[in-house]
Amino acid sequence: MPALKSLLRTPWFWGIIGIVLLLSLNVVKDPTYLAVGINPATGQLAGNLLDILRVSAPIIMIALGMTFVIATKGIDLSVGSIMAVGGAAAMELLRALNAPSSFGAMFTAIGLALLLGAVLGLVNGLLVSIVGLQPFISTLVMMLAARGIARVITGGQNTNSQNQPFQQISNGQVLGLPISFVIAIAIVVVVTVIMRRTALGLMIESIGVNPDASRLAGIRPRPILITVYVLSGVLAAGGGLFTVSEVMTVDVSGTGYQMELDAILAVVIGGTSLAGGKFSILGSTVGALLIATLNKTVLFLGVSAAATPAFKAIVIVLLVLLQSERVRTFVLQAGRRRTRKEVVA
Amino acid sequence: MTESLPIVEVRGASITFPGVKALDEVNFRLLPGEVHTLMGENGAGKSTLIKALTGVYQIDSGSILIFGEEKRLTGTASAQAAGISTVYQEVNLCTNLTIGENVMLGHEVRGPLGINWRATHARAQEALTRMGLGHLDTRAPLSSISIALQQLVAISRAMVTDSKVLILDEPTSSLDAAEVETLFSVMRRLRDQGVAILFVSHFLDQVYAISDRITVLRNGGFVGEYLTRDLDRTQLISKMIGKDIEALRALGSNRQVDARDRSATPVYAAEGLGRAGALAPTDIEIHKGEVVGFAGLLGSGRTELARLIAGADRADSGTVRLKGKKVNVTSPVSGLGNHIAYSTENRRDDGIIGDLSIRENIMLALQAKRGWLRRIPAREVDQLVSTYMERFSVRPNDPDRPIRLLSGGNQQKVLLGRWLATDPELLLLDEPTRGIDVGAKADIQETVAELAEAGMSVVFISSELEEVVRLSERIVIMKDHEKVGEVVNGPDVTAERVVSIIAAESEEEAEAQAEALAEGETR
Repeated sequence: MPALKSLLRTPWFWGIIGIVLLLSLNVVKDPTYLAVGINPATGQLAGNLLDILRVSAPIIMIALGMTFVIATKGIDLSVGSIMAVGGAAAMELLRALNAPSSFGAMFTAIGLALLLGAVLGLVNGLLVSIVGLQPFISTLVMMLAARGIARVITGGQNTNSQNQPFQQISNGQVLGLPISFVIAIAIVVVVTVIMRRTALGLMIESIGVNPDASRLAGIRPRPILITVYVLSGVLAAGGGLFTVSEVMTVDVSGTGYQMELDAILAVVIGGTSLAGGKFSILGSTVGALLIATLNKTVLFLGVSAAATPAFKAIVIVLLVLLQSERVRTFVLQAGRRRTRKEVVA
Repeated sequence: MTESLPIVEVRGASITFPGVKALDEVNFRLLPGEVHTLMGENGAGKSTLIKALTGVYQIDSGSILIFGEEKRLTGTASAQAAGISTVYQEVNLCTNLTIGENVMLGHEVRGPLGINWRATHARAQEALTRMGLGHLDTRAPLSSISIALQQLVAISRAMVTDSKVLILDEPTSSLDAAEVETLFSVMRRLRDQGVAILFVSHFLDQVYAISDRITVLRNGGFVGEYLTRDLDRTQLISKMIGKDIEALRALGSNRQVDARDRSATPVYAAEGLGRAGALAPTDIEIHKGEVVGFAGLLGSGRTELARLIAGADRADSGTVRLKGKKVNVTSPVSGLGNHIAYSTENRRDDGIIGDLSIRENIMLALQAKRGWLRRIPAREVDQLVSTYMERFSVRPNDPDRPIRLLSGGNQQKVLLGRWLATDPELLLLDEPTRGIDVGAKADIQETVAELAEAGMSVVFISSELEEVVRLSERIVIMKDHEKVGEVVNGPDVTAERVVSIIAAESEEEAEAQAEALAEGETR
């Protein structure tokens, strides 16, 4: 019973419940929704679940970066635009290299995209930590600037290119799972190990809870703030790579558009407070999976494009309410009162 | 003696939190026109009882009677409706609004066109005048007046609703002596108007100066209710801690070390250390194993001096030598790197990392010193944490509990552990005993003496001069952002003498007095 109680208090538990509910909703509409078959054309596993995992990969990446930014009491609104920059750089480079089966070209493109992400993240970090601008303003400016940079890179075109290995990132499978998803999870594991095996995670939390006290305790806030924004930039560029590798085209105005909101929602659903402090990487990952499931469900249920944002909003509000201890106690008490009345009657 | 009907009466109230009985059959009554002090160590149940009276917590058993009528207080609003107003230790006002707006917030005078500001300010002025604060401009921003005056504004605000009961939870903890006197005169005025005042303070002098009646709690239980004039201080303390006053008495004698050799190279020596607007250039030396007290009023520069020594603020003048070697201490990082640790006067804002656990709070400074890459191994952390938690008997004894849930005294002990873990040679303690109970105070004073014995140099800063005089070997006297004198402790040195130096009208006079005292010593 106490174990169950603490589980109820774990925010990501409600994320999992949300995923299960959304999937059940789909199953009600189509009982074969969860079926996994083999695509005769490619010989790969295929099915809605695999689709969900694939589209979750970029969200996991940006949600992971956002987790640490939010833990320091900051916010990074530029991740969606940095996704576009990463995607645009990769597509342009691959097009210029014109080597459809070269692994070298793929790694060069990945390296370039991640480097650009790191540079833009560094600018965010410097603005926040050295200049002392508010994170909201700094990254809002970067959100606009990076979208512009993506356009400049492609000359305003939606560049497409061909490179077999790069395309495999989002379209290939290992052990029956989308490669992009496997890479995203591997990165989550690596980052978790770095955060928890070193003291970096503790220091990020400490700065997020109380920056003044942390400084007096001998923590240097600036390098840590710069680190989290650079990490967020790099991960966002990586998310952009996953997105463009699906169709081998960058849509300079569509790639990563409003994805920063998905990332923030995933983090909040995962239980990291927007007020900063304690973070949960596992929670953010569950949150990202929920957002991906939600996006797919909206499409599958045929919710009209106009109503989609409202539908998403309702689901998320319900979830956040479920997480709130206050609301839960209220509902429980109401239930108890009713049963008591029935007993009396 | 005939007693009038109590305004508030608590009978056999109990509150249980998971695993703790926070209040156990507590009785308490508040008569009209009296100042009633609630005494007890931290964790004795004072805050819990106040929260029960203000409707924040609900009692599990027992009853609360207001004007003889049983009331169920379900929230702060219902407590206010019943006529109970509260002013907390930390001022809960909006510094960006004007004084008048703060006083009248939620009770603005309304006219046909929304709020009638002229009438609102007039009412505010009236309320302030009732407190003897008529000189304040209600249209000035709250941030333009001192914390002490803000506290009085908070009381005026509480009294706007015509409350019959006023709860003052440690209102004096950030006030200096003169400000406390102003507060007391306001309290007396309200008492004479028939308001019942529940007062909480850790300063015994203040308790005896203002209260008519004292209720003592211990470990959530009710110890007794006494008339202040029937209970002397020793009795009061023994009732609060329930044992062993001799240990406290033992600390009562002035600390003295015979014939300290002050020609040896000091652990810390600064020449002309200063920062524009904060501290005039100051010379200071601190020797190994010495306890140096900084005495002075709030804002005298004692905190500024400590912060400059530790690198919490950057000095813009002066040279610093550690054991004779010239160094630059420009940040907390370099301070800790040079074995100087500074424990802040502002525990909540600059000290604890509220959401982190006791364990993490203790290891934090040491971890920062070692760098983020080399995480301190779990075994070493456990050892460190259990050492300090046992040494200071931190309660609750659960290292995974977030530090914000601890009482002030226990938070202070955890912070002390944090700084000691960094292996300091010079430890600066700024108001380490403020707002904590007698037992924890004695623990901390004892620790300071032990640390000095073991060779650590300690700077001890406190508003309670008796404490400074008791513990320090040498006292640096600060006034108006300047060092005005230095006194070697001895039998002639008393808190009163130190006060008279601080209170001296001119700098020359202060210096002359300090010299006279110092010479009296050497003779």
